Amino acid sequence: MKYLTFATATLAITAFSTTATLAQTPVLTVYTYDSFVSDWGPGPAIEKAFEETCGCDLDLVGIGDGAALLARLKLEGARTDADVVMGLDTSLIAAAKETGLFKETPVSADYTLPVEWTDPVFAAYDWGYFAFVHNKDLTPPTNFKALGESDLKIVIQDPRSSTPGLGLLMWVKAAYGDEAPAIWDALADNVVTVTKGWSEAYGLFLEGEADMVLSYTTSPAYHLIAEEDDSKSAAAFEEGHYMQIEVVGALAGSDQPELAERFLNFMVSEAAQTILPTTNWMYPAVTPAAGLPPGFETLTVPEKALLIPSDEVPALREEALAEWFKALSQ
Amino acid sequence: MVQSAVTIEHGTLSRKSGISAAMLVVALIFLALAAVVSRAQAGPGLGASDWAAVRFTFLQALCSSVLSVALAVPVARALARRRFVGRGALVTLLGAPFILPVIVAVLGLLTVFGRSGWVNDALGVVGLPSVSIYGFHGVVLAHVFFNMPLATRLVLQGWQTIPAERFRLVAQLRLTPHAVFRAVEMPMLVQVVPGALALVFVICLTSFAVALTLGGGPRATTIELAIYQAFRFDFDLGRAALLSVLQLGLAGSMALLALRFVPSISVGGGLDRMMPRWDARGGIQRAADSGVIVLAAAFLLVPLAAVVWRGALGLPSMPVSVYQAAGVSIGVAVMSIVVMLVLALPMAGWIAARKGGGMEALGLLGLSASPLMIGTGWFIVINPYADPFDFALLVTVMVNAMTALPFALRILVPPMRDTVQQYGRLSAMLGLGGWWMWRVVLLPRLRAQIGFAAGLTGALSMGDLGVITLFADPDRVTLPLQMVRLMGAYRMDAAAGAALVLLALSLGIFWICDKGGRWRAEA
Repeated sequence: MKYLTFATATLAITAFSTTATLAQTPVLTVYTYDSFVSDWGPGPAIEKAFEETCGCDLDLVGIGDGAALLARLKLEGARTDADVVMGLDTSLIAAAKETGLFKETPVSADYTLPVEWTDPVFAAYDWGYFAFVHNKDLTPPTNFKALGESDLKIVIQDPRSSTPGLGLLMWVKAAYGDEAPAIWDALADNVVTVTKGWSEAYGLFLEGEADMVLSYTTSPAYHLIAEEDDSKSAAAFEEGHYMQIEVVGALAGSDQPELAERFLNFMVSEAAQTILPTTNWMYPAVTPAAGLPPGFETLTVPEKALLIPSDEVPALREEALAEWFKALSQ
Repeated sequence: MVQSAVTIEHGTLSRKSGISAAMLVVALIFLALAAVVSRAQAGPGLGASDWAAVRFTFLQALCSSVLSVALAVPVARALARRRFVGRGALVTLLGAPFILPVIVAVLGLLTVFGRSGWVNDALGVVGLPSVSIYGFHGVVLAHVFFNMPLATRLVLQGWQTIPAERFRLVAQLRLTPHAVFRAVEMPMLVQVVPGALALVFVICLTSFAVALTLGGGPRATTIELAIYQAFRFDFDLGRAALLSVLQLGLAGSMALLALRFVPSISVGGGLDRMMPRWDARGGIQRAADSGVIVLAAAFLLVPLAAVVWRGALGLPSMPVSVYQAAGVSIGVAVMSIVVMLVLALPMAGWIAARKGGGMEALGLLGLSASPLMIGTGWFIVINPYADPFDFALLVTVMVNAMTALPFALRILVPPMRDTVQQYGRLSAMLGLGGWWMWRVVLLPRLRAQIGFAAGLTGALSMGDLGVITLFADPDRVTLPLQMVRLMGAYRMDAAAGAALVLLALSLGIFWICDKGGRWRAEA
């Protein structure tokens, strides 16, 4: 027992001694997803730009992905240290509002989204279209039916553990409605495997395990701009492409309401919007004055944008998940 | 030759600290579970798809564990009978697949068995149709890749507990290899195999990334994935708790079943020395052993080589932050080793002095509890009183140590039982007890096993990605988390480089501990 007390004490001391102190300047705590805060993500540049004007310390806290972010917030409840949550998407908005933790924030922005954005609680900061990415030497199918009939192999993500995976469910549902089960039946033999998250699926695709992978129309931009590799392309589907809009919202329990409001407005400002495209690899919610970065003009632009209103998502999700599960379990 | 169990009351082996260590483990798990339940709301119970998940989980874990251990026995036998250049390195590398982050190992496997992998390329050259790795068989293949080496090490340790005198005796008696197997090796296997089976079964039960990546679709859903979904997407804590209990129950009952039948036999004393094998000098046996070793080494090392090759290419594009993360990971690994030893040694002593092995199942609870459940539970416990971030490291270290505990017990208990039965009476007669019993009798004789257990813990902890994602502290990113972040940012090359660093560090800490334990000892 002595050993145990000793070990526990040692660990407790280690944990406490490293606890952050100081902080005279006001601190704005923003919960976001992991890839946002990484060195190569938008985090460092966003932090620098915001701190130049706010006279505050911006504390970006990375927590898993969008879904983990919401789960974390629910766990912490009203006691949370967060002032702002950034990185939820349209499929999570309804669940986020249901927590009652968010409050309405006035944000003025000239959105250039393909759909109208008027949500009083959440401001949109970037967006993208889901798409199947492939190597350019492949002639891709032009819709889900052609994909289902082909013998092309695809990798998708599990809608139960990944946002793009859920996006694909919504995409098929938005495009085909009650016909969705038939589409999934046809797709079942094309699906090589279903992965836990985006990284695994994209990794498998780059390994040559599949002809196409569910990702974003902006994925080829990364290869083009960061790696000078123009061999990837996103297939344009006639049904239209489902959108993912990433949003940021302020919490009602925040002790820095002015700073929080300022941050939301900063995220749709020119300064933030020019940073996002080549760090988060998504389209800016408000196209900067100088336009999109070079390379983005080569991207596939869908003719039609699909989006299910966020309050209809939870009910549809259950139904779509059951259909998906049934088709792929055969 | 085989004596029946001798039970001695070992007040010497500090029952109290063993029991308190066990209680601590149980409390850590069940407090977490209780915390989750306390926040649960009534929701839908378990549905048909959950039961399908239970069935799939059970079947794949059963197949994987039986196959892993069945293949491990001949490999361990061959390794125990042969001495060759590079044997030590091979034995160390046996730990490698097991400690690799799953996604790295899976990508390594795919280089060999994937659609455009070497096996299919070779099949294509001779005009045969390609084989797909995705499906039930893919899951089992990956699990065998991960766990067969571990099982081999466990069984190999069994062979090393057979005294050299035994083999000299059977050589003098000119027993046939078959008779040697029955008289000397079989009793050892009966003692070692059930525990190894139980351990691998539980590992396969909770590994959901493999099943999800290689399973080929939602029919390969494991309980762990259902827990993950319940926590993250539905935030249905009631269902998550229910599934966690189901998983604990499945693992616990299998472990109890297997460990109950571990007979408490002592193989009798011997002088720990080199083990010349007069019984295995025949040409056929030599050839068979060589064949087994070459096949096993190829199966394990070729995918590893793919990981190394890919990583070497990615090293130049790796950001500096990877090295900082590596520093954090080393710290966590070292602390995990300390905590694990503090828990495992008294527990092993306690279990070894008992008649049955059932209590070892307690250790397995730590492994079969979903890390997500433990993390969430402790988050709920800590959150009202303090910032959970401050406890990120503490919880990570505790969970890592607990995950490694069953391995440590499996490694420590059988030899400790032998030692206690051989030296228990002598020690009692000499009045050796408590600390002195540990210092003079147990620790020196178990050095190799302690080193192996410590190495495994360090390596496991180095590659762990379970709890840290929930508690992730922005300033103290671990190496696996950094690797996942690189992958999430399209930087697969840099991630491969980070994976190589991780592999090197894991193997390094494993090698240092393992070598330290086996220094001047026969392994």
